[in-house]
Order: sequence, then structure tokens, then C-alpha cells
Amino acid sequence: MPTLWFILVAFTLVMYVLLDGFDLGAGIIHLVAARTDSERRLNLLAIGPVWDGNEVWLIAGGATIFFTFPLLYASSFSGFYLPLIIVLWLLMVRGVSIELRSHISNPVWFSFWDGMFFLGSSLLAIFYGAALGNVIRGVPLNAQGYFFEALWTDFNPFSANPGILDWYTILIGLLAFVVLLTHGANYIAVKTEGTLNERARRISRAGWLVTIPLAILASIATFYVQPQVYMSFTQRPWGIIFPLIALLGLLGAGFFNLLKRDLPALLSSGTFLLGMLSSAAFSLYPIVLPAVNRANSLTINNASASQYGLTVGLIWWSIGIVLAVIYFTITYRRFSGKVTAMSSQGY
Amino acid sequence: MHMDTSTIFSRIQFAFTAAYHYLFPQFTMGLALLLVILKILYLVRKDERYNSAVHFWGKIFAITFIMGVVTGIPMEFQFGTNWALFSSYAGNIIAQTLAMEGAFAFFLESAFLGLFLFGEQAFGQKWHLFSAIMVWLGTWASGFFIIASSAWMQHPVGYTVANGRLDMSNLGAVITNPWILPQYSHTMSGAVITGAFMMSGLGAFYLLTKRNIGHGRMFVTLGVIVGLLASIFQLYPSGDLEGQQVTRYQPTKLAAMEGLFHTESGAGIVIIGQPNTNTGTIDNPIIVPNVLSFLTYRRWEAVVKGLDDFPADQRPDTIDMTYYSYHIMVGLGTIFLAIMGLAALLLWRRRLFSTRWMLWVLMLATPFPFIANTAGWYTTELGRQPWVAFGLLRTVHGSSPILSTGNVLFTLLGFAGMYLLLGLLYVMLVVFEALRGPTAHTAEVEKPEESEDLGLIGENA
Repeated sequence: MPTLWFILVAFTLVMYVLLDGFDLGAGIIHLVAARTDSERRLNLLAIGPVWDGNEVWLIAGGATIFFTFPLLYASSFSGFYLPLIIVLWLLMVRGVSIELRSHISNPVWFSFWDGMFFLGSSLLAIFYGAALGNVIRGVPLNAQGYFFEALWTDFNPFSANPGILDWYTILIGLLAFVVLLTHGANYIAVKTEGTLNERARRISRAGWLVTIPLAILASIATFYVQPQVYMSFTQRPWGIIFPLIALLGLLGAGFFNLLKRDLPALLSSGTFLLGMLSSAAFSLYPIVLPAVNRANSLTINNASASQYGLTVGLIWWSIGIVLAVIYFTITYRRFSGKVTAMSSQGY
Repeated sequence: MHMDTSTIFSRIQFAFTAAYHYLFPQFTMGLALLLVILKILYLVRKDERYNSAVHFWGKIFAITFIMGVVTGIPMEFQFGTNWALFSSYAGNIIAQTLAMEGAFAFFLESAFLGLFLFGEQAFGQKWHLFSAIMVWLGTWASGFFIIASSAWMQHPVGYTVANGRLDMSNLGAVITNPWILPQYSHTMSGAVITGAFMMSGLGAFYLLTKRNIGHGRMFVTLGVIVGLLASIFQLYPSGDLEGQQVTRYQPTKLAAMEGLFHTESGAGIVIIGQPNTNTGTIDNPIIVPNVLSFLTYRRWEAVVKGLDDFPADQRPDTIDMTYYSYHIMVGLGTIFLAIMGLAALLLWRRRLFSTRWMLWVLMLATPFPFIANTAGWYTTELGRQPWVAFGLLRTVHGSSPILSTGNVLFTLLGFAGMYLLLGLLYVMLVVFEALRGPTAHTAEVEKPEESEDLGLIGENA
């Protein structure tokens, strides 16, 4: 049962990254891809009806960890105290910038929120990447399963007292930034036509080119920083499927971009994200939060909730997620197709 | 039971961010219902002005909703950041209802709000009404799951204790916690009061400034009718149910909120007065004898337990604040009933739109439901102290173990600054929309009508 929940939690978080990932990406490319006011409106309109729903996957993921692995939730949220609260502030700035921009018709007002939208989205992408880097690298858990990490200490991932930011986690943060930028550019290319579409496609290509060396570098660094990763792949060789999925996605994203097939390119960048994240989850399992001192690591067994709670939770949770998938299908189908200046009601 | 500063700052931060957050959902939950009513009126009466009212309030709803979303996410996360020991102790139970909110309410709301705000032209009126109803149900479902979580902290059920933490033993018991129904009905009608006062208040402003007169009458009429019904329901039965429940399960909270220092038979109710915790008396009291006994036990001579009946470490640690929160809430609730009763009487006599002083009262009353709802939450949560899970885990034992005071104060100050800016922005934008008015949302030009009779709602009467 804890293994099943490990997979479901990973699924929820992957859904979050795939969905909110492209609207974060839309924010990252907002200033460069969309130059005029009407282009920026279109960029916002492309994510307008869906970004808020995408963000619900984050809340669902957090709450799901909370009731299935209470100790993991308590330990990681209190240990990552500062970066987590900063992420909350960034989510606020970004959410507000999307929704309030249109309410006052003034160029200074527009520019301010455009800047905030870009800044919030970019920093969130980097923070998410760094967070993942921390979870892979490990944290200084004590015997009770708690820790506290400063934002930075000596920037050394092998330190006994590592910070949130070290050269490894910053590397993963940059990778996340570039990958989400590419993913977002692919989404905007799907949703728009004309110059915006062409610029988004060019940005996607640039992002893709930068992704390749960063992804190689990050993969090597991961094996170097966290020996558990190598062990997982040697003990369970079938797991090689996950990096292969990532590779397939990466190749597809570049290939379809050259063919100007925007939707397959978007699905490919999504596949790449899926492959990378599931590789990370696979290589950590059964650990959910590695400790600097290995004996203190949180695993699916010592962090999970009771059998009864996990079982009843599975019943209603599954119903809820099926409903969510139905709503999302309705929404995305209703709002499928390109956004045009005609339809810019709302933004 | 010494409480360290880190825990105190965590309490302040949670109380501040929760109270601030709840300013927005109480308005959206009330307004969602009013939007459904306006949309139905439009479809039944085919009068464009109802639909422009839907667009107008829909815009205000959207701004308020987004404020609720961005200030709500921190609530979900602060259990872990600041209350880690409580989270690992009770997470298996309390987080099930929190996660249900995400699974059953948030997905619903976000999906249909998108359709409601963006989809009218493309998908037609039936979809628009349907999405309005789904948004309303979503916001109210969200309220239910939060109340269920809060109710469990007030009155824990459905658990077993194992290895120093709680395991869930009965999900049904958690969802049907007897604490939920009184608290939920009281909270929801409180939200409707907020929505109704906002609507009637803005309508009164339009009538007083002689613009958007047709809409002004519509808003005042709808606001007063809904506001009166909700104000009555707020006092009875929901408020009465809450009183009974506190009497039964949390006598310490009852004693603190009523300022009852000593056990009495035939206890009186304190209308006005300042609790003096040094002497255990009420200063400058105005007390109606025997009423508290009657309200709690339905007998004029019943014995009501005072604070002196409980050991000091079982009493709420902020008796004065609990007392004031409760008295502000009840006092305002009574005033709301009087205002809406009087306004409804004038509406019925067809004199409301020309009775300027009443319109002034309606307009100036607008902020007070926010205060009353906030005070209500302070009553229930401060009165729960010194427990985080009533009778099971003390608040001092629930905070995060290695969190330093400096870090909590940093984020508390950050939240304060951020929320100040958000609040200013919000007020600015709502005022801006209100000044632009509902007619900006239709092509029609409004004809000011000078004759008194017809609010739009009364037109067919």
C-alpha cells in the first residue's frame, strides 16, 4: 500500500509539473515572445482558463503527501521553511499578475504586471528545480526525522550542513528553468498563430539546444551526488525505461519543432518531463527523503500513515482524481484551438 | 506550560494569514449564491440588466476569488512549515479532509470558473448558468471540507492512538462529526450575510449618488431580501445550535467567551463590560440575569460552569480576546438583523429607495460582516486553546521542532507586507470596478427612472 501511494503521489506531482509547467513556461517567455500589448494579452489568454486549475494539482499533491506520509510532509515542509514560504509569495505575485493586469488600462500598469509575471514564473521554475535537487541530494535529517536547512551555506552538496542552494541544486534549478521554458514555448506555439507562434517556436528551439548539455551535465552530477541512484538502476535494471522515455521526449521535442508540428512537440516536451521526474522517483524509491546520515532517511515505510487511513483514502482519492480528469478534459476541449484577438474577452 | 517565542510567532502568523485569507472566501461563497440567483432571474425574466449584473459581479467575484486562491495556498502549507509536530501527529486524519477539498472542491471550482468567466459567448446561456451553479457548489463544498477539518480539531473523533500519534479508525465518523453541522450552517450563512451586505451596500451607494439607478435598486432589493433571511438564520437556528454545542463539548470556551469567571446557577448574560482577569470580575457590567442559563440549558436556574471550575492549564490562554471576539460577533449579528429587518420593512412599504438615511446605513454597514465573521473565527479558535486538537494535543507541543524565532518572524513580517499590498490592490480594483459600474458591461444606455415604485425585482408584483 505505501508503494502504491508513492506512485500516486509521484503521479500527482508529475501532473502538476506537466500542466502548471507550461503556464510557468508561458510566464518565462512572456516578455520575449510577446512584445506588443495585444500579443501579451494573447499569451495570457492562452493560459487564462486553465492556469488556476493546473495549480490545484500542487495543492492536491501537498495534501496527498500530508495524509499518506504525514512525517514526510511535516519534516520536509518545516525543514524547507524559508524556500517554501518564498515559493508561496512567488505564487501570489504570479497569480495576481495574471488576473489583475487587465483591470486598469494603463501602459505602466501593464508593464509592471508583465514584469512580475515573468519574474514570478522564472523564480518558481528555478526554486522547483532546486527543491527537486535537494530531495535527490538529501538533507541533514536528525534521528526524529526533522531538519532545518538554510538557503545557502557553503554551496557544497557534500557538506555535513548543506544549504538549499549549492552547485548541484542550482544546476537542477537551471535545468528546470530551461525545460519549462521550452515546454511553455511549445504550448504557446500550439495556442497561437502568426508572429507569436513563430517566436514561440524559435524560443522552443533555443531552449531545446540548451537543454541537451544541461540535461547531460545534471544526469552525471546526479549519479555523482547521490550514490543511491546508481544502486537503484543496477538492482532494478528495468528502470532504465524511465531515462529512455526522457530521451525519447527530448528527441521528439527537437524533431517536431523542426517540422513545425507544435502539438507533437508539446507532447514530446511533456514526455521528457515525465521521463526525467519518473527517473528521479524511481531512483530514490523506497526512500522518500534521503538523509545526509543514511540511517535517518525517511522511507515509504517509516513515514507512511496507518493501513486503514491509506485504504479508505485510496477509495475517495481515486474518485476525486477521476472527476478532476473529467473536468480537465471538458475544460481543455472547450478551450481547444488557437486564441485570437477576437476572443480576447477577459484579458 | 511555557510557550517559546517561535511557537508564539507561529500562532500569530497562522491566525493572521487565516483571518486575512477568510476575508475573501466569505465574500465569494456568499456572492456565488447571489450570482446564481441573478443568472436565474435573467433567464426567467429575459431582462438584459440582470445579465449585466451577472457580468459586473462576476468580475468582482473573479478578483476576490484569485485573492482567496493565492492567500489560501499558504494555509495548506503552514500546517507543515510551522506545525510539523501536529502534522505528523494528526496528519493521517486532518489531512484527509484537507485533501478532499482539493480533490472534490478546488478542481471543480477552477474548471467551472474558467467556463463561467470565459465561456458565455462561445457556449451559450445554459452552460453559463450551469457553470455558475457548479462554481457555487464548489465554493460551498470547499467550505464544508475546511469546516470538517476545523471541526476535528475542535472535537476529535474517529481515531486511535498508536506509537505516540493518531491513526484514523473511522472516516465516516470524521465526515459526520457532530461538530460540523452547526459550524457549517453558521459559517455559510455568515458568508451569505457578507455577500448580501456588499450587494445592498453598493446598490445603496448607486442610489445615493443617483447613477446606475436600475441596478442600484436591483442590488438593494436582492441584498436586503437575502440579507434578512441569512441574518435570521444566523441567530436562529444556527447560532443557537453553536451555543448548545459549545456548552456540551467545550465548557471552558463557553465560560471564556461569556466572561463567566465563577460557576453560577441562574447565570446572567453579559451584554457589555470589560473582563478583569486579575480580579475575576466584569468591569462596568450590564448583565441580564438568568439568560445565559436559559440559552445554554433551557432552564432559567440551571448551573453554568465558570472558569474557576477548571484547572488553570485547561483554560484558554487568552480569555479577554475570546470574550471580545464573541461579543463583537454577537453584537454585530444582532445589529445586522435590525438593519435588514428595517430595510425589508421599508422595501415592502415601497419607501426604501427614497429613504436616504436607510440607504446611508446600508452603505456604511458594508465592512461590518467581514469583522463579524472574523470575530466568530477568533472566538472558536481562541476558545479552543490551550489545545491544538481539543483534549489530545496541546498547542505548545504541536509546533515545528527546529524552527528558529528569527525565521518565523522573517516570514511573518513578509506576509504582513505582502498582504498589505495585496489588500490595497484589491480595495483599489473593487472600488474601480464599482465606480465603472454595471452599465459598462452592456451596450444599453440606462434611463434614470424617477418614480419610486419599481425596483427591478418588484416589477412584476
